Formats: sequence, C-alpha cells, structure tokens
Amino acid sequence: MAQVRVTVDGVEYVDDVEPRTLLVYYLRERLGKVGTVVGCDTSNCGACTVHLDGRSVKSCAVLAVQVDGCEVTTIEGLARDGELHPVQKAFHECHALQCGFCTPGMILQAIDLLGDNSDPDEQEVREGIEGNLCRCTGYQNIVRAVQSAAQAMKPGAAARVEAPVTVAGD
Amino acid sequence: MIPAPFDYVRPGTVDEAVRALSEAGEDAKILAGGQSLIPVLRLRLAAPSVLIDLGGIPELRRIRDDGDRIAIGAMAPHDDVLRDELVHEHVGLLAKATATVADNQTRHRGTLGGSLAHADPAGDLGGVALALEAEFVIAGPGGTRTVPADEFFVDYFTTALGEDEILTEVRFPKYTGWGSHYEKFNRTAQSWSMVGIAAAVRTEGGTIAEARVGLSNMGTTPLRARGVEEALVGQPATADAVRAAAQRVTEGTAAPSDADAAADYREHLARVLTGRAVLAAAS
Repeated sequence: MAQVRVTVDGVEYVDDVEPRTLLVYYLRERLGKVGTVVGCDTSNCGACTVHLDGRSVKSCAVLAVQVDGCEVTTIEGLARDGELHPVQKAFHECHALQCGFCTPGMILQAIDLLGDNSDPDEQEVREGIEGNLCRCTGYQNIVRAVQSAAQAMKPGAAARVEAPVTVAGD
Repeated sequence: MIPAPFDYVRPGTVDEAVRALSEAGEDAKILAGGQSLIPVLRLRLAAPSVLIDLGGIPELRRIRDDGDRIAIGAMAPHDDVLRDELVHEHVGLLAKATATVADNQTRHRGTLGGSLAHADPAGDLGGVALALEAEFVIAGPGGTRTVPADEFFVDYFTTALGEDEILTEVRFPKYTGWGSHYEKFNRTAQSWSMVGIAAAVRTEGGTIAEARVGLSNMGTTPLRARGVEEALVGQPATADAVRAAAQRVTEGTAAPSDADAAADYREHLARVLTGRAVLAAAS
C-alpha cells in the first residue's frame, strides 16, 4: 500500500491505495465520484477524462499513486453554488448528448480546449476533442455546444446567458 | 481491467532511480508518462514486479539550450515540447511531429523519453530523432554514456538501453532556419501511423542544399531514408523533382503487413507522403 494525498473537486483526501489502482477506480470506488466513467479498456475513448493540476488526462492511464500532492477536478466539481459550468450549460442547451456516456469526458476536454483557445473554429474544436469518442456519433451538437460555450464564456457575455439551470438535488 | 500487483518506487533523483533499478533486478520497469505502459499493464501484456516512476525528478523535465544543441529531458511531456520556443526555433520538425502524437490528454502525460524508449516502430518520434541525428544520454550504475540515434533503435520495441540503464535526456542538433514537416496517415487520432514521414530541408535560393528524412512504421525500427536525402540534394524544390526523389523512400525498408495496411500499400503511402512532406518542408 502507498499513501496518496490528493485534492479532488476542492476536498483533500488522504488514502492508502494499492500501487496498481488506476486513478479512475480510485475516484469511482474510493471517493464515490461515479460521474467519471470507464468507457473502454484501451485509453481510446476519453470518457474518463479529468483535469490533473489543470490539464486534461485520461484517468484510466494514470495510477492513483502518481497524483500524490496533486489537484484533480472531475465532472462533479464543475458546478458552482448550484449553477452549472458554462460548458455544462451549453451541452444541456445544445442537446450535445444522446446516451450521455461520453459527456463527462467531453465536457472536461472541452474546458481544457477553451483554456487554450477561447474562440475555436469548428475544425479546432474537432481536433481539440479528438481524444474523445461519442459512439452515438453525436458530434455535430457537441461541436456546437463547445462553440456556444466559448461565446458564453467571453468577458461581458454573462448577460446573454440564460437563467441558471438548477442542479438536481441542490 | 486492473493491472497485476507491483511495488511502486518514486525516486527523487536520477542516482536514486539508477540504484532502485539495480536493486529491483530485471523484472522492474521504468514508468515515464505511462501512456503506453499503463494500458499494457492493464491489459496484462506485462506484469513487472516493480515500477520505478521517474515523475518525481524535476530535472528530467527541463528543456535547455546546450550550445549547438537543444537538450530535452526525457520526462518532458509532449505538450511541453510542442509549445517550447527553443524547440520551435531550432528543432521545428520535432514540434510538428509531437503535435500529432495521439490526442491532447495523452500529450499532457506522455513524454519524449518514454515514447523513444518504448521504441514502437509505429511511434511518431523515432523517425524524427533518427533523421535529426539526436543523441541519447543514458544513465547507469557505471555513470553516463551517450548513444547516437542510429545506434539507439535496435529492433522491434528494443533499444540500446541496458536493463540497468535509464534514458535521461535527448539532445537535438540545431536546425535553425530549416523548413520541416511531419506527414502521417492514420485512421483516428488514437491509432498508430500506418506510415509517418518526417522531413527537414535547408534550401538555398530554391535549391535543396540539405535534407533529412525519417520514417515511422516502415520496418522493425524507425528508419532513415538516406536514398531520398541523397537524391534531393542539389535538386530544385519543385513538385516533379521532389516526387522523383521520393521514389527511393522504400530502399532498405521492410514495411509490415497488418490489419491497418498491407506492405505494398505502405510502400505506396511512403512514396506519396514523402513527396508531400518534403514539398511542405521546402515551401
């Protein structure tokens, strides 16, 4: 066993983990963060994408012991005071999901992309999310949502954003 | 799937890492960015007894100007390499090829050294290191040694690294002012290149003065297309001249046949992509 001290969605955890524990299973099974899903066994699909110290990673290709001293953000840590993150809101408004399984990873990767490029064109969005697969093949609306979020996140755009969406359970 | 159990060591210095590797014996494995190794462990294609994680050694992430070379720490993530100004200015081909490695998430974790030491002949960076005559700095129990790229890649997934040695740095000569381009053919972001062509050229008044061409997935190791390089020198940087020189790209290759492509199709791709890569590099 190895000790890991990690901040996940703003809360610090100290846990003993087996070195072979993948970050995604630590998040899901130890911390109950089941919003981060396992989509494939090959690191292809990107459904398990989280942010590690601010950059997107596939949490099935990271060991929990490797994140000792780091900060992790999952899909469950994006909303603020019951209000969805603008990218979450845009996915909701643009109907950017069908089955929804790829959505957590798509949103985390979209946020990473928008951090690098605040106004991506369609091609740049498609390349930015190339590590995320939507097996419903619903990419059109996903691309629209990312571009819509980019507009909503521009400085001074807050007035144009529709009424906040209430998070279930809040 | 879940990897088989292993012990985990996270040394803070290269010396500690070398010592840990010697103590752990031949069943140990070095963990760099983990973007190839962790999937391999998960699929239980490998089950090392000990993993030695180089992630706790900050000096191995450094990218620095080393006089006539750019020295890149083995643990520099792809994302650092492709954004680095020194790399852009002096080793543009490496920046361009690195930008095509896998996908964003993988480039955030995956490292230059890990990718080269893994030595998958379909990887994007081996051909670049060969074509640009990079040097590999290797630490072992007896100290440090340097291996040129054309001796580093030995066979399929096999390098000159001994079982008790660690790749610490890769040094690229400066190609300041050269044009470069990396051209590859693959079906999706995550799939390996069917063929990848790395080209760098120096032109003088529309004539190709020097050329470097490296190949991915055209044999059991990355390869260098010296025949194309020779044929390009002295030629005008025109489509006809470049395409004629590109015909020599299959000399000395042994393209594999697999589910992605048959050998003769790979040879065809190599000729076409070499023409495109050299023309783009020269323009």
